[in-house]
Amino acid sequence: MMKSKADEEDYWNSSKFKAFTFDDEDDEFSRLKESKRAVNSIRYLVEEDDDEEEVEKVSWSGEPVGSISWSVSETAASNQKADREPAFPKVSADSGPMSRSHSGYSLSSLFKAPSDPSVRLYAPELRKPKSEYKDYVSDWSPEETVQRMQQGKVVSLEKFRSLQDKLLLLDYAVNAHDGNVITARLLLELLRALGRMEDVALLQYKEHLSIADENRRRDFLKNCLSLPFSPEDSAHVQDHYTLLERQVIIEAERGGKVEVFQKFPRKASILNMPMITTLYYCCFYHYTESEGTFSCPLNIRQTFKISEKQYFVTALAARAKLKAWSDVDALFTSRNWLGFTRKKSPLSFQRVVDILQKNSAPTQVLQNYVALVDDAELRISLAQKHKCHDIVINTYRDLKDRQQLLGYQVKLKRGSAEERKIDELLNNPGERW
Amino acid sequence: MSPLDRIANVSTLKQHEVDKLYKVEHKPVVSTSDQLCFLIRPRIQTVKWICDVANADKAAGRFRRYKIIFTPRKFYACEAMLEEQGIFGEVTTDEWSFCLLPLDDDVISMELPEFFRDNFLAGDQRWVRTAGSALHLLHSLYGPFSKLYGIGRCSKMAYESWREQVEEGEQTARRAEIGKVFLIDRDVDFVTPLCSQVVYEGLVDDIFRIKCGCVEFGPDVTSSDKSLKVMLNSQDKVFNEIRNEHFSNVFGFLSQKARNLQGAYDKRRGMDIKQMKAFVSEELKGLKQEHRLLSMHIGASESIMKKKTKQDFQELLKTEHSLLEGFEIRESISFLEEHISRQVSMMESLRLLCLLSITENGLLPKDYRSLKAQYLQSYGADHLLTFSNLRQAGLLAEQPAGEALSAMESKVGKLVNDKTAGKLTDAFSSLARKSNFRALSRKLNLVPKSDEEYDLRVPRDMAYIFSGAYVLLSCKLVEQVLERDGWTGMDEVTRLLNGHEFAVTGSSGADARTQGDARRVVLVMFLGGCTFSEISALRFLGREKGYKFIVVTTAITNSSRLIESLLGNQI
Repeated sequence: MMKSKADEEDYWNSSKFKAFTFDDEDDEFSRLKESKRAVNSIRYLVEEDDDEEEVEKVSWSGEPVGSISWSVSETAASNQKADREPAFPKVSADSGPMSRSHSGYSLSSLFKAPSDPSVRLYAPELRKPKSEYKDYVSDWSPEETVQRMQQGKVVSLEKFRSLQDKLLLLDYAVNAHDGNVITARLLLELLRALGRMEDVALLQYKEHLSIADENRRRDFLKNCLSLPFSPEDSAHVQDHYTLLERQVIIEAERGGKVEVFQKFPRKASILNMPMITTLYYCCFYHYTESEGTFSCPLNIRQTFKISEKQYFVTALAARAKLKAWSDVDALFTSRNWLGFTRKKSPLSFQRVVDILQKNSAPTQVLQNYVALVDDAELRISLAQKHKCHDIVINTYRDLKDRQQLLGYQVKLKRGSAEERKIDELLNNPGERW
Repeated sequence: MSPLDRIANVSTLKQHEVDKLYKVEHKPVVSTSDQLCFLIRPRIQTVKWICDVANADKAAGRFRRYKIIFTPRKFYACEAMLEEQGIFGEVTTDEWSFCLLPLDDDVISMELPEFFRDNFLAGDQRWVRTAGSALHLLHSLYGPFSKLYGIGRCSKMAYESWREQVEEGEQTARRAEIGKVFLIDRDVDFVTPLCSQVVYEGLVDDIFRIKCGCVEFGPDVTSSDKSLKVMLNSQDKVFNEIRNEHFSNVFGFLSQKARNLQGAYDKRRGMDIKQMKAFVSEELKGLKQEHRLLSMHIGASESIMKKKTKQDFQELLKTEHSLLEGFEIRESISFLEEHISRQVSMMESLRLLCLLSITENGLLPKDYRSLKAQYLQSYGADHLLTFSNLRQAGLLAEQPAGEALSAMESKVGKLVNDKTAGKLTDAFSSLARKSNFRALSRKLNLVPKSDEEYDLRVPRDMAYIFSGAYVLLSCKLVEQVLERDGWTGMDEVTRLLNGHEFAVTGSSGADARTQGDARRVVLVMFLGGCTFSEISALRFLGREKGYKFIVVTTAITNSSRLIESLLGNQI
C-alpha cells in the first residue's frame, strides 16, 4: 500500500493509538503510581489483622505447601545435600540380556536383515502371556498391520523389507492418522531414499550439538563441510567451523596478568558464542592486537566479511563500555588527502549518542556527538534529554529563537554559567533577533 | 505448576502409599523403595532416561519393579525403546487417558504443547486420535453436537477420528449442552500468535509465563524478597475484571478499585462496637483478599510497564502495525536489520522475521539471504537448523525469484539511492506476487481504516485486542462461519486458506434435541495451540453476538512458545 507523504505524516501523528503509550510522563502511569500509594497506605491496616489461617501456606520457593511440585523440589533439595550428586555408573553396551540385534519388534529391524528368524518367533512367548499370541499370523497386509499396531497388539515387521513395502506401510499408517509408527531413526534412511539431501545434511550437522568438547566439535564441523548443503548453507557451515577454530585459539589467550582481563573479568567463555559476540569480545579484550593475530578485531572483520556498519556498532559499544573515549573518537575520525580530519559515521549520530548514553558516557563526551546531529529539532531534543546545555543554547541562537531561549533559561540552575550565557546573548546588541 | 498439581496433592498420593516424589531426569533414583512408578508423557527421551535408571539398578545388583504410566497414550515407539534397551521384561506399562484439564469456566486445555511441533513441523499425525478422543469425551458428556465446522488438515482428521469413535461407541440420548463445534488448525492463522499481546492476560503470559493457569511473580512484583505462585482464573475477582482489557484500561480500573478499597476501610472510623463486629465477620475477609489481589496486580502492571519501556515497545508495535497494514515495509525491514545487528533478543528478532514473512507471503530472496546471514552472525550459526524448521512449518518462506523482476530491479536500483530503490522494489514486487495475508485481510476487513479514531475504552470490535490495528483472523473466521451457518459465500477465503474446510451436521436428529441454552454454546477447538488474545477476542464476540464460547486447545501458546518449539539449536 503506497501512501503519499501527507498521508504518512497523518498516519504517524494521528491519534489512532492515542490511548496507549508506554511513556513515563503519561497520565496512565502516574495513575498507577497513585493506585499503588493508595493500596500501600492501607497495607498496615490489613497486616495487623492478618489471620494466619486465611493465607495459603507457601514455601520459600513460592510453591504451595502440600502440592506435588513442592514435594518434588523438597526431595530434589534433600538429595543435593548428599555428598555426591548421583550419576549413572558406566555400563557396557552389551550388558542387557536382550541387546539390540535380537529385538524383533523394534522399528530399526525394519531396515536390518533379520539375523536369526527362529529366535524371534519364540522370544515373544517368553515375555507375554500366550493369550496375546492366539492370533499370531505373519501374513498381515500393511493395512492390517497398522491397525494392529494402533490397537497396541503385537506385529511382525520383518515382512516389509523393500523400500516400496516400507513406504506402503507408512502410507497406511499415515492414512490411519496414527503416525506414531514413524521414528527419527527411520527418517534419515527415508530422506536419503527420497533424495532430500539438504535435509540429510542438516540432520547430520545437528549432531554437533551433542559434542561438548570444543576441539572434537571443531573437527566434527570440519567434516560437515563435505555434506550436501545448499551453496548458501555451505558458506554458513564454513563460517561456523572457522569461527570455532578461532575461538579455541582466542580462548587460550585469556591473558592472566593483562590489565583489562583483571579489571573486567570474563563472565563466560567465548567458545560457541555467535560471531558478533566474538567480535565484541575481541574489541573489548584484544583491541590493540596487531592485525596478523587471530584475536585482532580487524582480522575477524576481514575473515568473516563483516559490514562496516556492524563493525562500527560493535566496536563503539565495546570501547564505550570500557570508557575509552579517545578510541571512540578515533572510530569517527578519518583523514582526507589534504590532511584534514572530519567525523563521519555509518550510523546516525542519534544512534551513536544512544549507545554512548547506555554505557554511561559523561555529558562532555555525549555533547560532542549530539552536536553532530544534522536535524536541528532532533539535536535540541537530544541535547535537552542529555543536559547538553551549550548545544541547546547555540542551536536556539542559530535559529534566532529568543522565546525558546528564555523558556530554556528558566529550567537552568540559578547562577550557573549557562544561565549567564543566555543573559549575555539576549542582551548582546550585536545579535539580531 | 503441572497438570498433575491441578488434580492431586501430596496427601492424596500418600494415602495411596506413595513414599517420595521425584522428577524424571537423567540421573539414578536414590531411594529405599523397591517399586518405582513413572508417570510420563510418551516421549522417547524420557523413556530412555527410565531405561538408564533401570539398567543402572541392574548393574548395581539392585532389584526393583518398574511401572510406567503413559499419559494420555502409549506410543509404539516407546515400547520399542524399552525393548532395545533390554528392560522390556522388567517393566509393566499402562495408559492413563487424561486429556482434558479445565483451566477456567470457559477454557479447557489438553496440555499437549508437543502437538504443535509434532504435527506442523514433523508432519506426524500421532496426536490426531487423541484430539478426536478429547472431542469424543466432550461429546459423550455434553453432546450430542448439532453442527461441526472446521478448517485445516488436522481439524478435518480430528473430526473424522471423532466421527469414527462416535460410530464405534453407543448412541447418546441425552439432552445436549453444547450445540456447535468449530475446529481450527494453528497454521490457518499464524499472524495472531506472532503479534505482541496487549490485553492484560496476554501480557502476563508473554512476560511471566502462565503455566496450567498458574503464574509465578518474582520479587519485583511482590516488592519483597519472596516469589509468589498464584492461580489466575475467574476466582480472582480483580483479575477477572481486567484480564480481557486492553492494557491502557487496566490502570484506570485498578486505581478506581484502590480508591474504593480505601473508602471501604475508612468506613471503620465511624463505627460502633456492633457495627465493627458485623464488619469484621462479614466484610473484612473479602476486603483483605481484595487488597492482596489488588497489590499483586498493581505490582504486575508496574513490572510490565518497566519491562516494556526498556524494550522500546512503542517502536516495536509501530513496526508490527506497519507489517499488518502492509505499509512502509522497507522501513520495517531496516528496523529488523538493526534489531538483529544490535543482538536485542534472539526470540524477538525471529518473531519479527516470521511476521514479516507471513504478512508479505514470503521474503524476497535477497532479503531472506541477507536477514538469515545477519541473524546467524548475531545469534549463532547453529540457528541454521532453526531456519530450516521455520521453513518447514511455514513460518518462514522465500518468494520464488522472478527473473524479469530482478533484472529490472537491479537496473533501476543502480540509478537511485537505497531508500527509493526499496520503495520501487515494493511496487514491483506487489505486481508479481500474490499475498495471501494481504488478500485475506482485504476480503475479511482485518485491518480497520486508519482515518477513524479507535477508542480503546469502548471497543467496537475484536480489533481492540491489538490496539485497533488488526482483527484476529482465527476469530473472524469463527464469527463469519457461525453467522452464515457454514462456508457459503466464503469460497475465495477458503481458497486463500488452502481449503480443508467442512461444515457438517452432527448425528441425525441432534439438531432437534438442541434447545435453549445449548444453541448458544459453541465449542472452539484449536489444534496446535491458542493464545490468550484469541480467548479474550472470543469472549468479546460472545458478548456481542449472544454466544457462550468454550475454548478447547491442545495447549496455551504465544509467540515465544511457538517459536521455541521450532528452535533447532537444542539437542
